[in-house]
Amino acid sequence: MSVRSESTLWLLQRASAAVLAVCVLVHLGTIIVAIQGGLSAVEILDRTRGNVVGLLFYTTFVIAAAVHAPIGLRATLGEWLGWRGASRDVVLALFALGLATLGLRAVMGVFG
Amino acid sequence: MSTLSVRVWRGAEQGAFQTFDVPRHASQTVLDVVTHIQRHLDASLAYRFACRVGMCGSCAMTVNGVARWTCRTHVDAVAKDGAIELAPLGNLPLIRDLVADMSLFFDKWARARGQFHGTRSRHDEFASITPDSPARREVDAGIECIGCGVCYASCDLVSWNPDYLGPAALNRAWTLVRDARDVAGAERLRAVGGDAGCHACHTQMGCTEHCPKRLSPTAGIAGLKRALARAVLDGSL
Repeated sequence: MSVRSESTLWLLQRASAAVLAVCVLVHLGTIIVAIQGGLSAVEILDRTRGNVVGLLFYTTFVIAAAVHAPIGLRATLGEWLGWRGASRDVVLALFALGLATLGLRAVMGVFG
Repeated sequence: MSTLSVRVWRGAEQGAFQTFDVPRHASQTVLDVVTHIQRHLDASLAYRFACRVGMCGSCAMTVNGVARWTCRTHVDAVAKDGAIELAPLGNLPLIRDLVADMSLFFDKWARARGQFHGTRSRHDEFASITPDSPARREVDAGIECIGCGVCYASCDLVSWNPDYLGPAALNRAWTLVRDARDVAGAERLRAVGGDAGCHACHTQMGCTEHCPKRLSPTAGIAGLKRALARAVLDGSL
């Protein structure tokens, strides 16, 4: 992979980390507040379905995670298993696609 | 007179530790101990040193598992129960006994474009560099490296990825990237990026923790990452 591409990946990982830092805090805060009254799953879904703000927030969250995780995994695979080159990048691109697909499907299920 | 029990690596990649008893002296350095062994106990011991005062960096070895300059390490500071263990610098091929092969270490300085490239000749005026400018301050922070290899031996990344340029070569590149007189910036950035370059660093700071000069190659490597990011964004890479 070219230095330009590697540098772009580094930028994407740092940018997605910044987004994730905010998303994780909001997500945890929301969970803690939401369960205070002992909400059931049905009650939660009643409140989340059709919520556009929630839909946009968790869509951002999923995309940031789908960008961030494979880039970190890329370094881990290279260092621990010595797996480098195009095959690693293709597999990780599929992994990113899988994360995004499953995550967005879940977001649509809760907020759609 | 009390003695110090010294375990010394003998042989090349295949070898074993040999134990020597060395007389203790006040203010004795680890290099004094190695020299005593070579001059009085076993003349075949191979080790490397030159200045003996912390200027050349050639006496760096692994003392009790930590890379150090032996000339600036007092026995009192490292001996445990009257014993020390000496091995060659890690992450480098071994020539014999306590002598590591530094060729690869310095080859990586060249790969990182560690050479200065200016445009002025002796007939031109001196470049005017303000000492307190941010760029010059960053150069000053890293310029005192003497290439002892302690940071390289202390870097986990080098052990995981033998192609990794390492802290010293990247620190050198950073001081040139920030040198206003140097004109090889883009070429150097292309040389230091990527999987074997600055992007491999996880900021574990082993280099900074162990640098005998108290330099921070980690800061330089972070600077290279930022410089590469800027180069991507402005299209100059």
